Amino acid sequence: MKILVPVKRVASLDDEFELRDDGRDVDPDFCEFDLNEFDEYALETAVLIKEAAPEGTVEVVVLTIGPDDADDTLRKALAKGADRAIRVDDADLGDADRVAIARIIAKVAEQEEPGLVLCGAQSSDFGHAQTGMSVAALLGWPRVAVVSRLDYAPGAASATVERELEGGLVERIEVETPAVLTIQLGINTPRYASLRAIKQANAKAIESRTPTDLGLSTGEIGGAGALSRVRRVYVPERGKSEMIEGTPSQQAARLLEIIEEVQG
Amino acid sequence: MSGILILAEHRRGELRAATLEAIGAAGQLKAAVGGEVSVAVIATDPSAFVPAVSVGAVDEVVTITTPEAATFEPHLYERALSDLIAARKPALVLMPHSVDSWALAPAVAIANDLGFATDVFGLQVEEGAVVATRAGYQEKVFVEIDFPGRAGVLVTLRSGAFEPAAGPAQPRITPFEAGDAQRRSRHLDWRDPPATGGIDIPGSPFILSIGRGVGDEANVAQFLELAEGLGATLGCSRPIADNGWLPKARQVGQSGQLAAKCNLYVAMGISGSVQHQWGMKHVENIIAVNKDPEASIFSIARYGIVGDMLEIAEEVRKQKGL
Repeated sequence: MKILVPVKRVASLDDEFELRDDGRDVDPDFCEFDLNEFDEYALETAVLIKEAAPEGTVEVVVLTIGPDDADDTLRKALAKGADRAIRVDDADLGDADRVAIARIIAKVAEQEEPGLVLCGAQSSDFGHAQTGMSVAALLGWPRVAVVSRLDYAPGAASATVERELEGGLVERIEVETPAVLTIQLGINTPRYASLRAIKQANAKAIESRTPTDLGLSTGEIGGAGALSRVRRVYVPERGKSEMIEGTPSQQAARLLEIIEEVQG
Repeated sequence: MSGILILAEHRRGELRAATLEAIGAAGQLKAAVGGEVSVAVIATDPSAFVPAVSVGAVDEVVTITTPEAATFEPHLYERALSDLIAARKPALVLMPHSVDSWALAPAVAIANDLGFATDVFGLQVEEGAVVATRAGYQEKVFVEIDFPGRAGVLVTLRSGAFEPAAGPAQPRITPFEAGDAQRRSRHLDWRDPPATGGIDIPGSPFILSIGRGVGDEANVAQFLELAEGLGATLGCSRPIADNGWLPKARQVGQSGQLAAKCNLYVAMGISGSVQHQWGMKHVENIIAVNKDPEASIFSIARYGIVGDMLEIAEEVRKQKGL
């Protein structure tokens, strides 16, 4: 059985950044990229299922959509226990949004036929919380969002999951499989990759595809397959704290003063 | 192609407050969008929720009796809501940006070919078209999203972004019959958050809260002592509770506690995710200590210190003689 884990390369901005010329995104030259934190938990969940099953019976496949550089993200996932990695090139994706990205992931899922698709509950840079559940909708598969515990024996007809709700309330659910689940932070403790695993990951081939290879039609690719379009990105005017300057000792003294003032 | 449709969210027999915020947003947009404001209630007995949603600008409550939907089930809700959207073709569909909506909204948007945006805190109507504003890159930029060519748009709303509707309304009640749907998951049970063991974040007027910046579990104990010495309750952000360094009862934020009675909040080593801010950004006096001068916590704090929380804590202890 396979478990498919779609992962995102998330961006964090440099202290100083500029917008793209069209004003619809940040210039990628000012971005640092890394594996989405939520996806690390989804990957660890998949690897734990693999390790609990008889050796060789579960294969963990990671997938990302991005340029050549995104191979780094996939290698990180390989070093943390994924068996295979697929990158779908984003050159033709233009104005793709989460739903357009989900169309690609759903196609890969149709071809790989995994027993589970595990996604991060959201991305740490934008937090749309759309992609994973869009994949489920496109596949017509059962789905649960924000899973904080998963009990699943590979091949079983259902899984028992807990989903974490507002205020820390937990609902226990039985869900049919194959299913798409989005994974919440804290479900496990993602491992660090060993040096040996990193070396092995660097030697592994990454399978490369294009949206057309996967059989998507022009009307499904990029902006044509999207349900939204970014019109403008801007830096908001916002409140700024009154900064307390000085040495740590002076800063601490002022902090104590404020505490006393507020408490009267 | 007109009107606004809101999906009521309820759990364990109670309407969730976020629904009232969605009704409030609909009230602001009603004139610009045109048409009526309708609230859909999907439940085993939707009539139970009619009084609670009869507020603000609501013209109509659509009751969809779904015997199997004693609890939220995304596949049943998807069928019922999609059938209603197909019949009514609303210009705008609103839901809270909640865990239930995360599992539901994408499927409804895709099935009905709606424009789609989530975690939205600003909505305008320009020449008849909806424009949604949300944040990006860890809240460092705002993003305006439009939906060219879409007759209807589905938007999930950030908690706290819109004033909840108030004041009674006298909507008409319309029962709606949705098609048969197959549930794909089954509710087993609820588990309430663990007992707080006397830790009272919601009731505390003074909270000292720690985040990732604490670095190591070994550093946590000194902040318990520091909080006690200052007369504060120790709180924390999600990663600290996830690591098991402090109990969940101390976690401030959307999946934890709301600092409801707090007047003074010292956030140390907390960058200020949306989820954390939900629990504390209303506090009048926020003092943030963070190494990163660009941390988003500084955009909501009254006072800021750029520095190492351990160093500042050490100084505070010394000066207070703790």
